[in-house]
Amino acid sequence: MEADERRQFELTTLPHLDAAFNLARWLTRDEHAAEDAVQEAYCRAARYFTSFRGGDGRVWFLSIVRRITFDWLEKRRSQGALSFNEDLHDQSDESANPEFVAIRKCDEATVRQALEELSPLLREVIALREIEGLSYQEIATVTQVPMGTVMSRISRGRSQLQQRLAASQEGGAA
Amino acid sequence: MNCEEVVSLLHPYTDGELDLVRHLQIEQHLQGCAACAEQEQHLQSLRIAISSPSLRYQAPESLRARVQATMPAVVRKRSMPALQRATMAASVLLLVGMSATMGMLLSRPGSSMDERLADSVVAEHVRSIQVDHLTDVVSSDRHTVKPWFQGKLDFAPNVPDLSEQGYVLSGGRLDYLVDRPVAALVYLRRLHAINVFIRPAPSEEPKTVHALTRQGFHIRQWQQSGMAYWAISDLNDEELDEFVRQFQAALSP
Repeated sequence: MEADERRQFELTTLPHLDAAFNLARWLTRDEHAAEDAVQEAYCRAARYFTSFRGGDGRVWFLSIVRRITFDWLEKRRSQGALSFNEDLHDQSDESANPEFVAIRKCDEATVRQALEELSPLLREVIALREIEGLSYQEIATVTQVPMGTVMSRISRGRSQLQQRLAASQEGGAA
Repeated sequence: MNCEEVVSLLHPYTDGELDLVRHLQIEQHLQGCAACAEQEQHLQSLRIAISSPSLRYQAPESLRARVQATMPAVVRKRSMPALQRATMAASVLLLVGMSATMGMLLSRPGSSMDERLADSVVAEHVRSIQVDHLTDVVSSDRHTVKPWFQGKLDFAPNVPDLSEQGYVLSGGRLDYLVDRPVAALVYLRRLHAINVFIRPAPSEEPKTVHALTRQGFHIRQWQQSGMAYWAISDLNDEELDEFVRQFQAALSP
């Protein structure tokens, strides 16, 4: 019984180690903090495994990872360690559909930096959608917000990214 | 649909998240409206710019080891007194011994062949991505991959070229599902591997696509021209469905 449950737990969570680390690493922007968050997520997941009723193990496990990671970000912010653009709250009044301009293929460092400069909530949906390939529904389950919010965060995240990338390309061309 | 509505739905449109009706409406609008089509192009160019595989962080080996090492302790934490635990451990040993003796056939009484195949598909998929052993023959050319299976299997798997549809063939692998060797084809969609397992079907009768989800992986199973196909990936449902449609279309003469 116990061995069986352990095997189930491993089968449910271990295949998603990379996905978990990728999310934590993008959110914390810190290698060690990401490792700690993932390790902590395994402990917490094991404690709550009896409440997992089957279904999508990746989504379930990622939701635990993101909760731990946001607790960490919140703590850092209260210590004054996060800069101004690290607002953890969603500001929804920004115009949702600015014009898109052409983006050439840019080097990886530029993309990485642009993505790191997004606020955590936008960084999160972009990482889950573009890097992890989750559907809107899956992202909504991981982040515990309605689909409409996921959709608006994705469009705002992409808008901000393209503004940063376009700016860097203009700068580079000048 | 007017331009404003179309632009407001471009994100879910490129993500394949719209219902079929609205998807087709937008597709039609984009064919006739240069301004909106340009917006769509630019959005795609942004998505391509941020889709480099190297942006996905891999868990360091040290973390993997740490997690695996603490795993048993983690699950045991909320368990019972020492004596009971010792009894448990003993019965686990007994179980291990029993299942080893009774072999695969009896280890999961009552489970159908399809169930066991599905378990096996997940296990092989996980193994192929975990131990970095996706492919035995590495090639994006189906004319290299298809002959490679010759002499290794008692059937000749079809190897469709889906590169134009955005699924790049990464190679092939000899694998084993439950009771027989099978062909495994590996396609890549952005950073996601899709394993397609192929084995002769029990009957010539075609079977439509059956969808299931196991441990967070999406699986599609169908039969076509006397072959049984299992496609598995961590891609989302929509994209995997699209892959299967393209795969099936490429197989039909």
